[in-house]
Amino acid sequence: MAAIFQGVGAAAALSSSPSNSFDSKKFVFSPCRSFSVRKGASFAVVRSDGRVNLNPKGRRAQQLISNAVATKSDNAAASSSSKPGHELLLFEALQEGLEEEMERDPRVCVMGEDVGHYGGSYKVTKGLAKKFGDLRVLDTPIAENSFTGMGIGAAMTGLRPVVEGMNMGFLLLAFNQISNNCGMLHYTSGGQFTIPIVIRGPGGVGRQLGAEHSQRLESYFQSIPGIQMVACSTPYNAKGLMKAAIRSENPVIFFEHVLLYNLKERIPDEDYICNLEEAEMVRPGEHVTILTYSRMRYHVMQAAKTLVNKGYDPEVIDIRSLKPFDLYTIGNSVKKTHRVLIVEECMRTGGIGASLIAAITENFNDYLDAPIMCLSSQDVPTPYAGTLEEVTVVQPAQIVTAVEQLCQ
Amino acid sequence: MALSHLAASASRSSSLLKPLSSALSLRRSISGDNSPLTVETSVPFTSHQCEAPSRSVETNPKELLTFFRDMALMRRMEIAADSLYKAKLIRGFCHLYDGQEAVAVGMEAAITKKDCIITAYRDHCTFVSRGGTLLEVFAELMGRQAGCSKGKGGSMHFYKKDSNFYGGHGIVGAQVPLGCGLAFAQKYSKDETVTFALYGDGAANQGQLFEALNISALWDLPAILVCENNHYGMGTAEWRAAKSPAYYKRGDYVPGLKVDGMDALAVKQACKFAKEHALKNGPIILEMDTYRYHGHSMSDPGSTYRTRDEISGVRQERDPIERIRKLILSHDLATEKELKDVEKEVRKEVDDAIAQAKESPMPEPSELFTNVYAKGLGVESFGADRKEVAFLREAMHDYSFLQMEKSFYALSFIAQRSHSSVGTAHPVLIYPGLYWEDSFSTKKEEACA
Repeated sequence: MAAIFQGVGAAAALSSSPSNSFDSKKFVFSPCRSFSVRKGASFAVVRSDGRVNLNPKGRRAQQLISNAVATKSDNAAASSSSKPGHELLLFEALQEGLEEEMERDPRVCVMGEDVGHYGGSYKVTKGLAKKFGDLRVLDTPIAENSFTGMGIGAAMTGLRPVVEGMNMGFLLLAFNQISNNCGMLHYTSGGQFTIPIVIRGPGGVGRQLGAEHSQRLESYFQSIPGIQMVACSTPYNAKGLMKAAIRSENPVIFFEHVLLYNLKERIPDEDYICNLEEAEMVRPGEHVTILTYSRMRYHVMQAAKTLVNKGYDPEVIDIRSLKPFDLYTIGNSVKKTHRVLIVEECMRTGGIGASLIAAITENFNDYLDAPIMCLSSQDVPTPYAGTLEEVTVVQPAQIVTAVEQLCQ
Repeated sequence: MALSHLAASASRSSSLLKPLSSALSLRRSISGDNSPLTVETSVPFTSHQCEAPSRSVETNPKELLTFFRDMALMRRMEIAADSLYKAKLIRGFCHLYDGQEAVAVGMEAAITKKDCIITAYRDHCTFVSRGGTLLEVFAELMGRQAGCSKGKGGSMHFYKKDSNFYGGHGIVGAQVPLGCGLAFAQKYSKDETVTFALYGDGAANQGQLFEALNISALWDLPAILVCENNHYGMGTAEWRAAKSPAYYKRGDYVPGLKVDGMDALAVKQACKFAKEHALKNGPIILEMDTYRYHGHSMSDPGSTYRTRDEISGVRQERDPIERIRKLILSHDLATEKELKDVEKEVRKEVDDAIAQAKESPMPEPSELFTNVYAKGLGVESFGADRKEVAFLREAMHDYSFLQMEKSFYALSFIAQRSHSSVGTAHPVLIYPGLYWEDSFSTKKEEACA
């Protein structure tokens, strides 16, 4: 399974050139360009189409290629000391984001099971308890319904809790709190209360974790009005989205993935956030739009390598924002390529893909040359056996076939 | 020939801790016999809202030797699972039970296979005590067909319906309402049986436990809630998670009993007592004071939140197998060599089972779609164009991707519309359809009629 992450040049396209005319082949084969950081820039909001909000001095950022796995980029490693930014793993990026926000705003607190003294079951909250104390990093008993509700209650008064579900699947126990209180209170109170809570945790199909620990809660939560959902996929967007989510006045459900915690990337030193409602252009292209998020992004990028070899030019967009969808970016892409493939990890029935198909069909039907294809996981409980689990989830070979089908 | 007439004639309340004099002891075979023996538990029971049972437990040599053998087997099995996990033959989550064997073994000795047991994810040994075979355990852990859940469940999903073992659950605490439901069904069918719903000290803080307990008490259900208190909920010690770690008292209006969970005989006595109580008076809580040597799971070293001294201290002083060994030796029921031979036998059994399990094949890909639904009426649907389903069924034949047995399965397929053969592409999964392969042809005719 580790093979999937190696050699995947997840090119997060940030370009200074307004015309967006990339040589897409260059993107895939030379993923190691450096990002020159202007010292003294305090804040940069990265937009999905590559525009960067700059400091008044006007110097533009060079292209930032975020290599998802540093192991392959040996040529870059040679001059790592002179490269700007710092390298870290995804869970460290999340931790950095959390730590910076907790320093910045004393109302931010973390609650969850084993987040404090244990450091978090995936080490996302490591070291925070020592630094901020027991009242800001709270070890809860195993009572998801209650501590999620308590987090929401605290948020109603203005605190900004970050609630961790040790596995997203456990949040099913807190569904009532998330749906009724978290999502609806702002509305039912006529706007009096905001719920600036972040509910985060790892989900998705891991490595033989069994049916109950491999759930994709984004399908279940997506109908809840009033919440926002984002899914991170690289250390860069993990930190950016985490900070944005904490600063947001709306409740945000932040989806991480069990298998992505050890991705390595070089991220900027300075403060930055990612826009919560924007999708990320991973790889611009001409022939087909591939919409994906979270772990499937890497399967897609692996398939993209094969597709490029076969002469296709897929445009890969990491939708990141699962609720609401960034229909602007998606629409622009559909208008360009006229073919859409959705690759997701949700189950086919009622998943993010299903909603995305509906949204695209409703809004951009005239621009489509072919029916939208959606590759999802099978509508089965995730089996334990490794071979069956592989078949449950979409594999790169299937993505290649689908694109070939779509582009006939 | 039995020397223990002496023991039998001794009054029940007198403790019998000293070994019987060797002059009267006659060597009996390792298999032991059924002549009664009375042993005192290590500590007296503490009770809440009820009268504690006596400290003196009735047993016999055969039972003690069975305890020893079973616990040695479980211990060996868990250690072997540890090695298999490190060898990456077992993956995902693996929660080991070594140290807590006395609970499984003692409980089983007090009840029948008609009584139900339900537990959480630390279920390997409970499964074995309910009659599961080592092959089923290791095959399931390795995800093979010979596993008890055909490789589809994994470590946290062991079940054995024919001996009323209801699993095997990953979500903390969720099994307790299920257990109370089992008890409800037992009361409903007037079975005169009881349910033991096991959970841990971490799960004791789940609200659903109290909800289920309230309902069980209201309806007088024969539910016995057993808290296996190993003092740590993953990395959180009990005193950091519970305001009142006296779990046997937390039932409030429901009586409770605190038991030394490292003493198999105490466990047996408590479970016997609980069964009698539950059948007459409704729910009761048992708290088993036990300990796990391993961390919470294989990804937890188990030493960041407790000291190694603590672990080795418990191992030296309270180990359940050692206790039974000492008991057997002091009562002269077997020699040390015989016990060591038992352990060797057990080790060989485990190794054989592992070898056999390794030979079991991985599940067929078609197994992905079996058992999602039960065969039955109404849960069938066809593609939008029923003819398409027939085409795809034929296409699948080329693939041998699915077993075309009389099994009910969900089909996901790509419509390679213009080609009659699937070709070299892998099937792309689009929309699932379910159908019953058996009756398909007749349904097709009906549809086209």
